[in-house]
This record gives sequence, C-alpha cells and structure tokens, in this order.
Amino acid sequence: MGLQGKAAVVGVADYKNERKYTGKRKFYIEQWAELTQMALADAGLVKDDIDGICCASIPESTLFAPATIAEYLGLQVNFAEMVDLGGASSVSMIWRAAAAIELGICEAVVCAAPGIPIPSNPNQGKRDPNRFYGSVSANWGSPQAEFDVPYGNVAQNVGYALIAQRYAATYGYDERALAKIAADQRTNAQGNPKAVFYGQPITIDDVLNSKMVAAPLHVLEIVMPCAGGSACIVVSERLARKSKNRPVYVTGCGERLTTRSVTYADDMTVSPVGPAATSAYEMSGKKPGDIDVLQAYDCYTITVLLTMEDAGFCGKGEGLKFVNENSLTFDGSFPVNTHGGQLGAGQAAGMAGGMSQPVEGVRQIMGRAEGRQVPDCNTALITGTGGIMSEQSVIILEGA
Amino acid sequence: MEYQRPQPEPTPTSEPFWTGLANGQVLLQQCDDCDKWVYYPRSHCPHCLSSHLVWKQVSGEGSLYSFTVAPQATAPQFANETPQLIAVVELIEGVRLNTVMVNVEPENLKIGMKVKPVFYPLDDSTLLYFEPH
Repeated sequence: MGLQGKAAVVGVADYKNERKYTGKRKFYIEQWAELTQMALADAGLVKDDIDGICCASIPESTLFAPATIAEYLGLQVNFAEMVDLGGASSVSMIWRAAAAIELGICEAVVCAAPGIPIPSNPNQGKRDPNRFYGSVSANWGSPQAEFDVPYGNVAQNVGYALIAQRYAATYGYDERALAKIAADQRTNAQGNPKAVFYGQPITIDDVLNSKMVAAPLHVLEIVMPCAGGSACIVVSERLARKSKNRPVYVTGCGERLTTRSVTYADDMTVSPVGPAATSAYEMSGKKPGDIDVLQAYDCYTITVLLTMEDAGFCGKGEGLKFVNENSLTFDGSFPVNTHGGQLGAGQAAGMAGGMSQPVEGVRQIMGRAEGRQVPDCNTALITGTGGIMSEQSVIILEGA
Repeated sequence: MEYQRPQPEPTPTSEPFWTGLANGQVLLQQCDDCDKWVYYPRSHCPHCLSSHLVWKQVSGEGSLYSFTVAPQATAPQFANETPQLIAVVELIEGVRLNTVMVNVEPENLKIGMKVKPVFYPLDDSTLLYFEPH
C-alpha cells in the first residue's frame, strides 16, 4: 500500500525572495507560466511532457483554478487538483502528484506556488477593512468568525503563542533554545543568496532582544512575509530517466488534519505531525535516524520544535534539549531548513512559503545546494503546516 | 473607513448561547445520545454525530488552559484593548473556548488557575470573558 517510490521530482524553480518587491507585478497565472517554464528548463523537459497540474487557489479565479491555469499555459492535462490546506498545500501537492503518476493517469505534474504581488486593479474600490483578518474567515456562519474573532484571536500569532505557553507549562521552557532555532536557520540563510536575510546573520540574544509580539513569541521567531514563489515538476520513472538532474523520488507521504482552531485540539502541545510522519516513515521504510536533512515548515520557532518532537527526531518534551545539543546549520549535527527556512529566507506570499521546503530538499538531494550543501545528502523529510498546526503533511524524498 | 470592533453574529443554531450570555447564563449543548458536552454550538454532536443536542445551563467555571499577552493589538479592530489577555479556558464539563481574561494582572496569569465567567457586554451582544475564581 501507499506510494511505491516510482515518481520523482526532477526540476525546481524559484524566485528570489524580496521584502519590498520592486519588480514588475504579475498575475498568479503569469507566474504559473513563468515558474513552469523555469522548472521545465531546469529538468531538461519540454512543455508537451506536462499532463498534470496541482495548484493552490489563485486570486484571478477562486473557483475553476486548475482549468484557468491549464488554459492560460496551453496545457491539456489528465490530472488537475486545487489543494486547500494552507501552508501544508505545497507538500500535499507533491504527494498527490506522485500518487496520480503511480496510478498511471499522468506522467508529469507541475506543482507551483506563486507569491509575487499581482497588479493593483485601478477600478477596484477599497476593501472593507472590517471583513479582513488575514487567513481568518469573517463570513457569517463561520465558527471562527463567531467564536474566535470577537475575542481577538485572529491570524496566526495568537494561536502559536497559545501553543508555546501551554508547552512551557507542560514541559518547561528555554527561550534561548527556541531563539537558537531562529539563529541557526539564519546562519543557513547566509548560504542562500535568494533569502531576504542573506548577509544578515543574527545571534540568540538578537532574537531575545527583539520585540515581543504575543508572549512568548518575539518578532524574530516569526516569519517575515515577502514576495517570492517556487515550483517543482514531479514525473514518472520513464521521464525521470530523460531528465538531466538526479531524480528525487517521493517514497513516503502522510497527511493529518483535525481542527481549524487550535483551541479545540485534543492536546495543544501534540501536533498532527506525528500521524503524518508515521505514515511517511512506514511507506518509505525509513526511520528518523535515516533522514539526512529536515526541511520543516517554520512559520514560528515553536512549529519547528513540535515538528522535531512529533516526527520522532527526539522524545516528546525533549525538543529544547535536542536543539541545545545539536547544531541545526547545514554543516551541523542535525541540519534543518538549510535554505534558511521561512524564518531566514522569508515567507513568500500565497502558499509559496511552504513550497520552499520541498524545493530545498530536492536541491540538497540533487547536490545543487551550493554554499549550503549537506554532504552526502540522500534522504530528506519535508513537512508542511497549515493554519495553527491544524493541517499537516509530510513527504520523504530519496535520491535515486 | 473606520475599524469596528468585531462582534459575534449569531446563527439560528448558536442563538441560544448568545441569548444566554445576555441574560447572565452560560448555556452549553449536551448530547442526549452520548452525554458529551459540545462547544461551540452545533447542529450535530462532534463525538457521535447525533442531532439530539440539548441546551443546559452550567456554572461556567473552569481553568485556564493557555493564554498569551499581546502588547500590540492582534488586529487594528482591537487597538483600544491592549494589552490583550487572550486565553483558552477549559470548563469543568471538558469543553474549551476562546476568551479574554479580565480583572487580573498579566503577570498573575497561570495555566491551571481556576476561573469563573464574566459577562462582558458590547453594543449588540455579550461576550463570555473570565476572571480568577
């Protein structure tokens, strides 16, 4: 059962992350075309090889997104899917693509996540500010609008702060260990010229001296939003042999979601990463000790901590000790988010932040991570996290 | 355009809960089939999917499950309410809810502390806040 490891990522592409985007604004369908063209060139494949697409929502067409993209790119596809799992969407796109390929209904699927600003519409009136809370639904009948928002529990910071505070009360807290996650990842970003914080290393003290946003979370423990975007191409074994890159096979996957609001999670300190990772390990036959690099969705430092624990790299409640005992840098004892992660490289808009982790995992296994290459890197575990640790997906990637 | 402080918009399903708060009562749904308590209000029990949910008045007492102190407003709509003491409370019936802690200094908040309800009136509705018990 499960993936047989017969679909591989063979091409990737990404934009340079920019905090203040000054380039030409582009619609998401335009970015889809550009990223697909870049990823095909990277793979050494051509447009006519593509017969599948996996997307997240696009601002140009909230419904019928796959057909809009297919038409715009001039693709005729046998598999199309829009994934709606927040930050987990990108990782979930990749295993869906692999599954569709193994099923035999398609051979080459583009998974893309644009995140460069779209042109501003000169004819549009101002948006009602009272109906906008980031990713929070303010619609009538939405439980979140009725039972979260009126109490000020809006957007992501509050939920992750609640998790961190509960973790502290349950297992103890070491703010220097949490800060070390941000500092180590920032060190990794120094090897990634596309990172927004390239050329700007930080120390643990810098993190702890940064502004408190929602206790115990400091601003440097929270991702920096930016413009960016990335894509990858997943193909069959037959096409993988035609690619110029080392194929990176998708050998395991798992997914888990329970609640939208973390308030209602069975235990706030236990994330859905556990069941998703267990599925991926069982499918691939790998165990935590086999993983050469972890690319963990990192909207917050606490997200990385819970991911390391719940994916089995250390015991529950032992994450802080584990972080203190290991270096998370690309040349360290336990490399995590070698591109800097979203904490160090920036969180590109839309769902693009979560595509940066699989793209980096692929680059590491292909041996193309340049100034941040993990030596002899063959196996990566990639996680995607949506909402407040509410949607979770995991894939395991292995080099051929 | 001015920011307005968000207020709950009751639905036909949730209306008894909000009316209860306006009357100084905490009403919760309990499933007549599996006996579990339900929050937030629903049409069907999230434990067994029964539609036999019955409104019952409870004490509203519970304990602090988690909290955060936000020195800056979490959204511009809450600019007049800083620092926000946003909390999750677990009622003795076992359900958890989003809330705000009042009548307490931030440094005195402690996970596990006993809390009791405060019926907090807004223009058109009443929210369920909590204070130390």
